[in-house]
Amino acid sequence: MSILIKGGRIIDPSQGIDGTGNVLIENGAIKSYPKTTKKYEQDIDVTVINAKGKVVSPGLVDIHVHLREPGFEHKETIRSGCESAAAGGFTTIVCMPNTNPVNDNASVTEYILLKARTEGIVNVFPIGAITKGEMGETLAQIGEMYEAGCVGVSDDGMPVMNAKVMRHAMEYVQAFDIPVISHAEDKNLSGAGVMNEGEVSTQLGLVGIPCASEDVMVSRDITVAELTGARLHICHVSTAGSVRLIRAAKKRGVKVTAEVTPHHFILTDEAVNEYDTNAKMNPPLRGKKDREAVIEGLKDGTLDAIATDHAPHSEDEKKVEFDIAPFGIVGLETALPLSLKLVQDGALTLNQMISKLTDAPSDILNLGKGTLKVGSAADVVIFDPEKEFTVDRNKFHSKSKNSPYHGWKLKGVVNYTIVNGKIVYTG
Amino acid sequence: MAKNVLMDSETIDRTIVRITSEILEKNKGAKDLVIIGVRTRGVHIAERIVKRINKLEKIKPPMGTLDITLYRDDLRHKTEWPKVEKTEIPFSVEDKKVILVDDVIYTGRTTRAALEEIMDFGRPSSIQLVAMVDRGHRELPIQPDYLGLQVNTLISEKVRVHLKETDGKDEVIVKKG
Amino acid sequence: MTFQRKHILGLEELSAEEITLILDTAESMKEVSARDVKKVPALRGVTVCNLFYEPSTRTRSSFEIAEKRLSADVLNFTLSHSSVSKGETLLDTARNLEAMGASVIVIRHPMSGSPWLLARELNSSIINAGDGSHEHPSQALLDLFTIREMKGKIKGLKVAIVGDILHSRVARSNIWGLVKLGAEVRVVGPPTLIPKYIEKPKVRAFYNLEEAIEGVDVVIMLRIQMERQESVYFPSLREYSRFYGLTREKLKNADKDVTVMHPGPINRGIELSSDIADDASSVILNQVSNGIAVRMAMFYLVASAGRSQ
Repeated sequence: MSILIKGGRIIDPSQGIDGTGNVLIENGAIKSYPKTTKKYEQDIDVTVINAKGKVVSPGLVDIHVHLREPGFEHKETIRSGCESAAAGGFTTIVCMPNTNPVNDNASVTEYILLKARTEGIVNVFPIGAITKGEMGETLAQIGEMYEAGCVGVSDDGMPVMNAKVMRHAMEYVQAFDIPVISHAEDKNLSGAGVMNEGEVSTQLGLVGIPCASEDVMVSRDITVAELTGARLHICHVSTAGSVRLIRAAKKRGVKVTAEVTPHHFILTDEAVNEYDTNAKMNPPLRGKKDREAVIEGLKDGTLDAIATDHAPHSEDEKKVEFDIAPFGIVGLETALPLSLKLVQDGALTLNQMISKLTDAPSDILNLGKGTLKVGSAADVVIFDPEKEFTVDRNKFHSKSKNSPYHGWKLKGVVNYTIVNGKIVYTG
Repeated sequence: MAKNVLMDSETIDRTIVRITSEILEKNKGAKDLVIIGVRTRGVHIAERIVKRINKLEKIKPPMGTLDITLYRDDLRHKTEWPKVEKTEIPFSVEDKKVILVDDVIYTGRTTRAALEEIMDFGRPSSIQLVAMVDRGHRELPIQPDYLGLQVNTLISEKVRVHLKETDGKDEVIVKKG
Repeated sequence: MTFQRKHILGLEELSAEEITLILDTAESMKEVSARDVKKVPALRGVTVCNLFYEPSTRTRSSFEIAEKRLSADVLNFTLSHSSVSKGETLLDTARNLEAMGASVIVIRHPMSGSPWLLARELNSSIINAGDGSHEHPSQALLDLFTIREMKGKIKGLKVAIVGDILHSRVARSNIWGLVKLGAEVRVVGPPTLIPKYIEKPKVRAFYNLEEAIEGVDVVIMLRIQMERQESVYFPSLREYSRFYGLTREKLKNADKDVTVMHPGPINRGIELSSDIADDASSVILNQVSNGIAVRMAMFYLVASAGRSQ
């Protein structure tokens, strides 16, 4: 089966392409960029998509997703998470190991990949745990998980507090050339914190998580990466301090990359007012200066990629006292329009923004995705960057609806998501 | 809006003189009398009665003020509750003859609330009611013992007692609704 | 002005006019409490539920007396601290109470913001009786009422709040109320217990008690939570009391007519030296009876506004 995408604005930062043209997909791969289309339009075996006025780009890549399966299927499953991804324009997602059981050995990795192959409609790559059970004590079966298909290791949500354990993890992964992905947080400094420490937390009487809690750990991890020579990737950067530290480390030549979530460049801790548990996540929403700093970091390349930290939780789990509500929000179905806000505000060009959601995240984990190169798998998103819509969480494909953007008016609607040459979502 | 003056300043003065005389006549002097005015304008009429009693009898009966808001029977139906003002009865009403003073008697519900509130302060030997105007349309079996003026009104009309203390001049008017 | 709020969740959201209306209404309510028959029929037929997740006999009793003096039907529901995270959720419990006919729910809860959750999800009027470290509006209102009664005004007064500001909902509510009514507030305590972000226009932070109470008209002492000495906030109660306990000597720096207040119960010899505690106790007793009047006013105004919505 073939697909012809006709007359769209093709933007592929991996090849430096930005121009109107046609894309031909054949046998699941990008076949060519034909100059004329008449021949294919007359062929009944070719599905023709008119992309006039739309953007055609590599399918989006999200390197930070919680799929919740196995163990928390009431929040999300691999199937529903993939559907949510497709609806958001993502063709590749990378899932974190904090499932139950934790993905700390090859059998869990294989289970996830099997489920993804049979039920998932987008590409799924798992991340393995750094330590057994994400307990921060002894190394997980990193080599076997790598063989089974893990593309990196992380104890996301449970920072490795022991620097010596982190050192050995960073040394060990170099045998497989995968990065260590750090959720950078000093748990002692965070204490019982539930939101950013600042004026808002003081007023609300909620225990704060200081920015220093992240900065201290980013600093430690960069230092250990320098010691070991490992590739370090910092998750969901939220503070001005982290941006500063990563910028300086990159300048020195440390092999460090970093991502930022849409909520950290869109929202501040003001969103917690009136105790909205859909504004509770970790790292927390920070102050205005931090938000400006992460946008600056995206602009100057300190922050390589945008990743959602898609963290589904059921309505019942979130409709409780703020202190006991779980951290996290869903993000797959709002990431593209929120990222487009950066373009509307003039912080990034459309090309830069697409790069941060395609080839840049793919390169961090060597996924070989996020490109429309001839011969590569046909993962494509077609979207209308100008079309306005109102976010309705009840229409999410994710099992969970924990989004702070419900009711927001945003621009950017996904028209088609194509994975390996197959249309998996039509908007 | 059309208005009609029912009583002017002089008429009000003379009415207070008459009512005071009736009170003293009926109660054979001012012994055991206490005067309680219902907020807001009943209080000022009560003050004038006390003054008049003092002039005639050379004694000044104790005087209190009553805010009946917390005793209203229409709170459940009202959309906006009135501001609660202070009730001040700095004396015992036990075995006293209470002269309860209000400006206008209409449905009788204010008087009912006032009676209930006074009872919460003790057991007077009697309660007698003074009203400057009776505009009819009673909903409860309550009648004034001392009355300034009886007028027939439509329910849609408004009867207002204006007093120097609160409104700058003394007059009783009726306004079309 | 009329009171338009269905809930009283905190002093942060109230305007100076609304606070003044509550205090004025409380004056009238105080008269009711002085009568032989301390009961008026205003809230007849209204069911009020006191939902307490913290054992606070004093606050609960004060609310209960206020409810009864207004002739409301009272339902007390006290849950243990541990039931917060186990068993039935707060929302389910509150929905149950609503189904039993409660139209006003008074909630005391160890977690900040819990009353907001109820206000968002239920139909009842919600009155916050203290949530976590956030607000304790009825306590602050009765403090304001007492200060106004003793000093004749609030505007222009200098008030020091002493102790564990970080964890204190009484401090937060008092700061809002005092500042809105035009007082100048100083907070003082060990740096570990003074939040970094507490200062704002008319609120200054001090680490030295003598300095902080220089010329103040009112000192509000906060109760020190005994369990805090186990944590890392200060080395020992002895050291705390040496630097932040109020003594006759330190009080000489304040205005000569200074009023010392305390939400009670006092840890004698820790927050207050014994002689000051004796002086303060008459104010404390007055605070207790003012507390009933203020809470009656809160009920009357909330029930009134709740009806119009």
